[in-house]
Amino acid sequence: MISLETVVPFLICFPVIVAVLMFITRNSKVRAIFAYVGAVAIIAAVGFLLVDWVTNGCQPVALFVETETINHVILVAEIVLMFVVTFLCFKYKKYWISILSIVPTCMIAYVDLRGPKLEEMHHVYLDHLSILMCVIVGLIGSMIAIYAVGYMDGYHKHHTEFKDRTYYFLTVLFLFLGAMFGFVTSSNLLWIDFFWELTSVCSFLLIGYTRTDEAINNSFRALWMNLFGGTALAVGIVYAAYVAGTTDLQTLVALGVLKQPAAVLPIAMIAFAALTKASQLPFSTWLVGAMVAPTPSSALLHSATMVKAGIYILFRLAPGMSGTETGLMVSLVGGFTFFIMSIFAVEQTDGKKVLAFSTLSNLGLMTACAGVGVPATVWAGVFLMVFHAVSKSLLFQDIGATENSLHTRNIEDFGGLLHRLPKLASCMFIGIVGMFLAPFGMLFSKWATLKSVIDSKNIILVLLICFGSATTTLYWSKWLGKLIQNPSEDKEVKDVTKTGEYISLYIHTVIMIAVTILIPTVSLIYVNPLVTELFGTSTDVMSKSVLYTMVAMLILAFLVPFLAYLFTKNQPTKVDLTYMNGVNSGDNKGFVNAFGETTKMELGNYYFDDTIKTGKMMKYAQIALAVWIVVMTAMAIVKGGAF
Amino acid sequence: MGNVKKSPWLLHYDGSSCNGCDIEVLASLTPIYDAERFGVINTGDPLQADIFLVTGGINHQCQGVVKQLYDQMPNPKVVVAVGICACTGGVFKETYNILGGVDTTIPVDVYVPGCAARPQAIIDGIVKGIDLFQRRSDERDRLIKEAKKNGKVTDEVMAEIDARINQIKVDPSVKAPEDAGKIKEIPTGGSEE
Amino acid sequence: MNTNYIRIIAVLAYVILAPILGAFFDGLDRKISARMQRRVGPPITQPLHDLKKLFAKENVNVNKAQSFLILSYLVGTLIAGALFFSGGDMLMSIFLFSTSTMFLYFTGMVATSPYSTVGANRELLQALAYEPAELLTAVGFYLAVGSFKSLDIVSGKWSAILFLPGFFVAFVFILTIKMRKSPFDESTSHHPHQELIKGITSDLGARNYAIYTLTEYYENMYMLGVVALFFVNSNPWSYLGAVVAIFVLYFLEILIDNSSARVKSELMIKQAWWVTFIAAGLNLLILMLIK
Repeated sequence: MISLETVVPFLICFPVIVAVLMFITRNSKVRAIFAYVGAVAIIAAVGFLLVDWVTNGCQPVALFVETETINHVILVAEIVLMFVVTFLCFKYKKYWISILSIVPTCMIAYVDLRGPKLEEMHHVYLDHLSILMCVIVGLIGSMIAIYAVGYMDGYHKHHTEFKDRTYYFLTVLFLFLGAMFGFVTSSNLLWIDFFWELTSVCSFLLIGYTRTDEAINNSFRALWMNLFGGTALAVGIVYAAYVAGTTDLQTLVALGVLKQPAAVLPIAMIAFAALTKASQLPFSTWLVGAMVAPTPSSALLHSATMVKAGIYILFRLAPGMSGTETGLMVSLVGGFTFFIMSIFAVEQTDGKKVLAFSTLSNLGLMTACAGVGVPATVWAGVFLMVFHAVSKSLLFQDIGATENSLHTRNIEDFGGLLHRLPKLASCMFIGIVGMFLAPFGMLFSKWATLKSVIDSKNIILVLLICFGSATTTLYWSKWLGKLIQNPSEDKEVKDVTKTGEYISLYIHTVIMIAVTILIPTVSLIYVNPLVTELFGTSTDVMSKSVLYTMVAMLILAFLVPFLAYLFTKNQPTKVDLTYMNGVNSGDNKGFVNAFGETTKMELGNYYFDDTIKTGKMMKYAQIALAVWIVVMTAMAIVKGGAF
Repeated sequence: MGNVKKSPWLLHYDGSSCNGCDIEVLASLTPIYDAERFGVINTGDPLQADIFLVTGGINHQCQGVVKQLYDQMPNPKVVVAVGICACTGGVFKETYNILGGVDTTIPVDVYVPGCAARPQAIIDGIVKGIDLFQRRSDERDRLIKEAKKNGKVTDEVMAEIDARINQIKVDPSVKAPEDAGKIKEIPTGGSEE
Repeated sequence: MNTNYIRIIAVLAYVILAPILGAFFDGLDRKISARMQRRVGPPITQPLHDLKKLFAKENVNVNKAQSFLILSYLVGTLIAGALFFSGGDMLMSIFLFSTSTMFLYFTGMVATSPYSTVGANRELLQALAYEPAELLTAVGFYLAVGSFKSLDIVSGKWSAILFLPGFFVAFVFILTIKMRKSPFDESTSHHPHQELIKGITSDLGARNYAIYTLTEYYENMYMLGVVALFFVNSNPWSYLGAVVAIFVLYFLEILIDNSSARVKSELMIKQAWWVTFIAAGLNLLILMLIK
């Protein structure tokens, strides 16, 4: 049996090796094979990880006390990263951003080399939460890598204006996977900091892939916001090392639970950093801007995994944040982001932007759950995270594939997609339905969130969730309606989606439905223990009977339309023309106007662009929440007795 | 399937009328005559209407419209031509644009002459139409039951049934009840009593 | 009697009686509206005749998918309402209702015709306007009684409305929207029956329109059931109070319907949200403080 001591380093280092292979293999067919093999190997490795850990009794495992060499390697790598960032900042004349890389790296290097002698700690910590993150990263991440191979081919055929640097794209993609594995398994904050910065840089490189002016600007925006968070993280780590005497995340959180003054500032700083990573207000514009990148990066980094890294950290901090000013700050940042982003999503016509705002909105909900920090909300938040990762990844991949075939990702052009690109549209339909409709997973999670938030007496969050739910329903339903209409275009659409892409899409769909059906089981065997590990206790947010009723409702949600279809399919029906005051031109696509000519019918959705001014309102929201964060963090630090 | 005559829904269409007959049609639905007490609703949707009320003559522009609206109506259905223009073309019969009455385009069941047709006459015509509607509906149900006994009811069988019921003619002896369309007193505006 | 028997009877009563009661209320509505307009009006049993007539007509569609979608709407609403009347979780019931409304939305959109698409879009806007208040009503009950289950709420010692006046106001406000009464009958209206106003039901053939009307009755009975829930407690006399409240409220809805003109969707959303925020929000604040 391969032991955990071997699997974890494998998971971190093997993707790096694959990344190197991607870089040096310029033959696209061979590179594709390497990528597929690499992705499958990662999935297999995650499988081994699971098996090992389960045979260990699903108990938390702490590994690797003696890590001198690795510490040095990591420090060197971090310094290399600093040089890479500085070089690129100078190259593109964004000089000031390099400060955000140089300062924290120097601080970390100082603490590592000249800092106080810290007690021995375990550098790797595996519990339910980290294993869950490994599964998400390994399974979804690898499938997105498989998808990316086929997608980039179609992407460059469609976008001949961009230089084909697919090798570079795949390199950074796999590098990122390795970084994520390192991130979620590390317990030493110094290591976490390195992997954190590495994911920031990977995101930066991927966003700027097309090298257009917009892409470059957006990538640097993402970079400085994430580096800003990284700076806060570094401050927190330095403080923790000197004042709290530890850089172990587990110990720090334990100190926070005990309300020790030494833990207040580090936890506040780390929480703040997590907010930038999860792109919460006021740091939301980087994720919206990241949509200029090719879809696999949007799917992988900016919905399924990297932003979840911020959420992961917040869940780890949750027991220490609960009841503190930091927790209050985080929960309201999350709540407002949830609500405001869902309003912005109503105005968007670009499908990827809708997905981006929806991601921000859902991340806000998860952030709010972590901020409240009681077992019930974290329970709901974990479910949110799982369902969101799968559904959003599915949707991003689907919209990318659709764009490759349809050459547009404007929702207004998706009319009748179910007839024009049936396979892609069906996956899109299921993905969207899974994001907001009862009784699917996300709705269940949102329901659990609402319940748990009511119990924690947070009235602002309750109101935000109720109102935000309504706007969420609006922007998703609009999209769904477009898919099922009759197509107005007669032109045939050629489906250029590759098999690899479809495999990933179908597996995602199956996983999404399976996990929804298995909610009671997943809750019992996984999420309840996860919450118990974090808090020491677990509560049943939803009683067993409710969970089973939900599964029954899910089955009904499929069964009812199916049976209705069987029932009505053979009824004698006369199919009429649609009602257009009697002047239907005969094909339901237009009408005869006053001059006797045919006018084509155009049907559109509501976008409220005269009421919702995203640009302006975003600025106000950013200012308001920036003030909130500054005030609350200051209060947290002062009241917590950090000084 | 029971008393469909208790719920006749009208579709009112103006072909090329001077609106005189339209005003009288609408007057029939107002409080003075109150056709809704018979269950009559002026619905604007052919897909849900039973009685097609046409005013005005048919010209080239509205011929396709009348045909389309008639085709969209589900069976059993009745067509009532209100006003002499809808019946035969009226005073405009010889003009270059008017093709004639409604029966140039679709089969008409009840003719309500007049220029403008009076509400009492319109209601009388509608009542005849309602009775025809009931008889057609009964016959349709009977034929469908028979067809079910003989085997599966396909779209072709239904089309045949519908063609047969549309042959049924109006019964001229049916009259509106005595007080229908007769106002008791002219209501005075402002304060009463 | 064993609560399970009561629950089964309640569900059966809902499934079987709701259409009849709904038709009765609808007929009452038309009669009272007619009298308000100084007309005689149709008999109270008129809606039943309408339904019978609609089912007797040929089945027409504009799109083959409409039949199963509208049937799913009916069954979905039925299940959601049955869940409520069986004493189940109110919040789940609300979510299932929103799923059923999706089926109605799909029926409108799949027709791909101008009027039904506008109506379908407006249906979404209606949902936007009433959903916060609906959710907050369930939240209010939870805070007042400690449970989302309607069974627990009806067995409470006090009528919920004593704790939930603000929520009641918000709920009654959106009742106008849900019952499709002027000034908020955006997506489809009971009168008149033309084109844009017919909205989402404009491309429903006779039989599908009948199924839609039946579903409306199920939904209306559910809404009136929620109104009753504000008043019912463990004392049997409260049921009488609830019935009185229902009739008073229904008359109020008819009055509002007849005396106001339809407003633009944006105004509907704005008003609904403000009323919800202030009335339900204040009530929520007070409840959270005292509980």
